[in-house]
This record gives sequence, structure tokens and C-alpha cells, in this order.
Amino acid sequence: MQPNVVSLISIGRHPQSGRARRAEQDGRGVELGLKLAGEKLSVLHVGNPEEPVLRQYAGMGLPAMTVLKQDETADAVPALSDYLQQEKIDIVLTGVRSESGESSGMVPYLLAEKLGWPVVARVADIVSIKDGVAEVLLALPRGQRRSVTVKLPFIASVDNAAAPARQSAFGPGQRVRMESVNTHGEVDQIRVDWQEAPAKPRPKRLKTVKAKTAADRFKAATAKPQGGSGKVMKNESAAEKAKAIFDLLIEENVIR
Amino acid sequence: MSDIIRRDPRREWIARNRLHPLHDSVANAVQGEVRGPSGLLRKNPHQVGFIGPNGLKRIDRLKGNAVVGVGNKRSAANQEAVLPLHKVDNPDFYIVVVPDMVGGRLSGHDKDILGLAHTMVSTIEGNGAVVAVCFGESKETHYDLAGVDRLIHLSASEYEGFAPEARLTALTHIEAQLAPKHWLFPDSIHGGSDLGSRLAARLGERPAAQAWQVSGEQTVCRGGGGSLDISRQTPRILMLLEECGEAIDETRHEALAIEVDGISVSEPALQDKGLMDVDPSAIPLAEAEFILSAGNGIHNWDQFHKVATVLGATEGASRVAVDDGFMPRFRQVGATGTWVTARVYLAVGISGAIQHMQGIGQCDKVVAINTDAGCDMVKRAALSVIGDSEDILAELMLLAQARKKGSQEEQSDAA
Repeated sequence: MQPNVVSLISIGRHPQSGRARRAEQDGRGVELGLKLAGEKLSVLHVGNPEEPVLRQYAGMGLPAMTVLKQDETADAVPALSDYLQQEKIDIVLTGVRSESGESSGMVPYLLAEKLGWPVVARVADIVSIKDGVAEVLLALPRGQRRSVTVKLPFIASVDNAAAPARQSAFGPGQRVRMESVNTHGEVDQIRVDWQEAPAKPRPKRLKTVKAKTAADRFKAATAKPQGGSGKVMKNESAAEKAKAIFDLLIEENVIR
Repeated sequence: MSDIIRRDPRREWIARNRLHPLHDSVANAVQGEVRGPSGLLRKNPHQVGFIGPNGLKRIDRLKGNAVVGVGNKRSAANQEAVLPLHKVDNPDFYIVVVPDMVGGRLSGHDKDILGLAHTMVSTIEGNGAVVAVCFGESKETHYDLAGVDRLIHLSASEYEGFAPEARLTALTHIEAQLAPKHWLFPDSIHGGSDLGSRLAARLGERPAAQAWQVSGEQTVCRGGGGSLDISRQTPRILMLLEECGEAIDETRHEALAIEVDGISVSEPALQDKGLMDVDPSAIPLAEAEFILSAGNGIHNWDQFHKVATVLGATEGASRVAVDDGFMPRFRQVGATGTWVTARVYLAVGISGAIQHMQGIGQCDKVVAINTDAGCDMVKRAALSVIGDSEDILAELMLLAQARKKGSQEEQSDAA
């Protein structure tokens, strides 16, 4: 039985040129959705149905997509949760963070709280779905993976470690069946008061030396940072030396 | 009074004549700074310093910071300055920090956030305390120096490892008990951002994610995929980027334990099935945790590759090994190659050119195997082993294989 999967997509922003594009993580979300549900994947966007970037997602081989028509200043979460409550859905896939707007990464959490579903953050892959239980691989720092099982339905945010989005084809993208649903979103009142400016480069932290005398400052500026206080083994046998290294590796928990 | 300088020729004469019986009293009577007739500052060189034990004059220009001799080492250790204790009795409000505690210790990111919490406390009226909430096993011994006024340590087994739901339940209990003014989380991939978002959704607060400039009133956070700076009022829940504040380094704090009772953790929806075995050679070198690196001192390359597989280490190489064609270019560690961040870096036959040392600057523990005891890598390493690399690697491989065998037998016994 194929699960009902919904991928949420947003308008991305190219980091260098600033042009609108298929968002990196959302593209991976659609790719994962296609892997799980194939043609039956439903793709959902909140915003302007005329947006040309949506065709880039559609060019990944989607026959149809749904757009909840809404103003740009409106909050997407109420419209999404209303829509998702009506349908019978097993898995909702989102990106970790949007590339435009506030980029707080709160959408999956707010949806999960409203729908009462569990949320699985930073998914690298959904390995299998059996008897209403999904086995999910989480992306951890340093390239590590954690296996987690979770009952359907759930919401997952897709990490950059997931399989990259396939190439988008222009023609099929133009022929997609676009279903737009009218919603009346409320204007996000809190956000109106915020001031937005182009991002300033963050100041690099300087190494401050809190020395009291000139001699200390001189020492801090010239001395090598490491004093060489490590343990040196010279005359032991090779086996003892290897044992010492091995013990350190176990103590640091790098050997499993 | 008039500006005419009145001179006393007799006093001047006594002051010049060091053999005069009244010389000492006249010379010492002049105190404070002395200006000459042209307004220049005059110093009396005879009054500087003191007479040493063998009758010679000594001038201490180090202001008491002279290097203490070998014989006095013990007394110098005793004199290590004790930082002043910052005490908070009956705090009016709390700011709660939930550090990542990667590997059971406070990371640099965590310490920066604790420092930021203290600057926030100082801008808010009333006396506030910084509370740290730590989950699971903790190896940290210096909470006091990191700026923790109060400590909530939840070490029960249900919070160990991957347990975002249990931790969220605990945080909602703490919210009810302490009603903190702010919640600070590291915006990191180690779980801080996840936990912060969960708490914000549960409490219905609007958090500031990727915040990097925070004061009591105003917060600047990154938005629009890092292309925007959003200035806004400081919300209750903040997820902070790295280097958002300065870590505490001039005070000690109490780190008093606070008990949180009555947390009932229900069955989690996310069941942890443990870490997966990842092919170490597939992990990018820059983010690998454990690197086995080879240099000019390696002659048996087959053995080196075998050891890397058995230990489960990612392979690295010095520039020489790459230039000689023994390793591919993307394995090169150093200024011209990859800057690595490994926790443990095992350098075999690398003497440590400065370019290489730059590349491993962020590594925690460096282990060196080398034939030369005087090389730079040995000076940098936490553990250095002097000897032939081939013998030591062979022994190391035996140990690793024995351990693997042992754990497999255990598993088959259990089955």
C-alpha cells in the first residue's frame, strides 16, 4: 500500500544571484516524496499560483499540484493546517528552513502542534513503511545517521543530506495541472513591526588578550599556543604503545 | 599666590650632597611628580628599586610578574588567582539556557550563550539568575566558570541520547516551575534548534531563530536564507548563532542545583533505534570525527588502509604523501587541502609542517606516531608515541580486531 505523502514547497532564493529558484531542501523533499509515493505524491504550495518557480518543481515529473492562494504578507500555517486536516494524509514533508521570509524553520513544528502529530527533524531518508510504522534515517552532524521509527501520520523536515532533487524538465513543467484553492489568510501582525535590512557581514571575533603587563602581552603575541604538555612514550614496547593509543581512542568514544 | 618659583639653595645643596647627614630626609621629602624649570617631568633614579640581598640595587620592571624559578614552582601553583564569586540570592527572574552539551561537555557555542545570558541579565532591571538545563550524562566539571548560577541536571535514562519529546516535557515543567523571562537555545544541528522550535510551538511563542545580536530590548536575526537582517523586539524564546556573545571568564558562579520534581514522561512517538554504521571513507574529510592521517613516515600503505578500515577512521594525508601519489588530492589535510575539525586526529609519520598544523588547528585530541621525538607534531599532540609506525600500527590492528571479535561473541551469546 502506498502512503499518502504531501510535500510542501516554497519559493527559494539563489544565495549568490538572489533570483527565485526551486528551494534546495524543498526540492529534496519532493524527490523523497516521489520515491515514497511516485505519481500519487501531492505537492502543496501556499502563495501565488502564477509564480513561475512552481513550474520548476512541476518539471520533476509531477502531474498536478495544489496552490492555496494567499497574499504574501499572510501567515501560511493556518491555511496549511486547515487543508491538511481535511485530507487523509500519512506523511508531510517540508524543508528545514525556507530560503525567503523569516526562515525560522517553525512551519513543521507549528503544523505538528496543530495537528497533534509527531515531528521528525532533519530527515536524510525514509527507509521503509510497514504496518503504519515508518523507519526514518536522521542526518546528524559529522555525516552520522540515526535510525528512528515513528508511527504514521507524521511531519518530517528534510535535511540537505537527503538525495538531491532530480533535474527539472521545462515542457512537462508547463503542462502541469494547477489547482488553486482560495483561502483567506490573515495578515501576520507581529511581522509588520519588524525592520528588514540586507544582511551585514558578521564581525569576526578578535582574539583579545587580557594581560596586565607589557611582558604578558609580549608573551601572548609571540609564544606558540601549545606548551607541549602531552604524554610522550619512548622506551616502551610496541604493544604497550599501541595499547595506550587504543585506550585513548576508546576513552574518546571514536571506536564503537 | 604668585607663580614665582621660590628656591631654597641650602636644601638644594643638601639634596645634591649625598654625604650630608640630612640628605636622606631632604631627598625623601620631595614626593609626587617633580617638574623641572622647563616643565619636564623629573625622576630621581636613586629612589627607584631596592637593595637586593647581596647589596646590589635591583629594579623590578615586571611589576611582580616575573617568571618564577624552578624551585618555586609549587608556591606559584598555590598562588593561582581565585576568581571573584558572583552570587545571586533570591533571584527576581530567571533566564534559562539549554546547552547542547556535545559529548557531555559545554561547547564554545554553549559558553557564548551563557555569557550572553549574563549580559541580558545586566540590562534587565532586578537581579536575575542564569539557569542551565542539562540532559543526560555530563562530563563537565566547570559549570561555575562558564557562568551557571543555577543548574538543573536531568540525568535519568529517558533523556539520554535522542529524546526530543522527553526533553520537551521536562522543559514545559521547568517553564511552569520557574516561569523564566527568556529561553536561550543554541541554533545548532546538535539538537538545540530542534528543541527550541518544539518548545516555542508548544508554548505558542514566536521565537527568534538565527539571532546574532541580542540586547534586552532589540534582537537582530538572520532571515531570508541568510540574506536579511531582521530587527525586532526580543522575544521570550531565542535560538542563537555561534559567537553571539562573549563567554564568561572573569567571575565564578555558584552553579547551585535546582530540583524539578513530578516530570512524568510518556511513551515517545519517536523510537530511537541507535546510530547507523556509516562508511567512514564516505564522510567528507572536513566534518569527519576521527581521522587517521598518513605522512612521509608510512612505507606500508596496504597496512595503513587496513588499519583505517579496522578502526573505522576516515583517511587523511599530509602534502608529501599526496604529492608522491600515495593518496588522492581530496585527502590532503592542511592549509592547501582541507581544514579538518576532527575530535581525534591520529597522525602517523607526520612531523608537522606549519601548513599542516594550521589545517588541524581545530582538532581536540591529536595523537602522534613518529620516529623523531623533537618534531612539531609531538609538541602539539596529547599523546605521542616514538617508534616505527609499522610495528605500532600492526599492534593497533591486533587490538582493534580482538575488540571486534569480543563484541561479536558477546552479541552471539546474547542471541
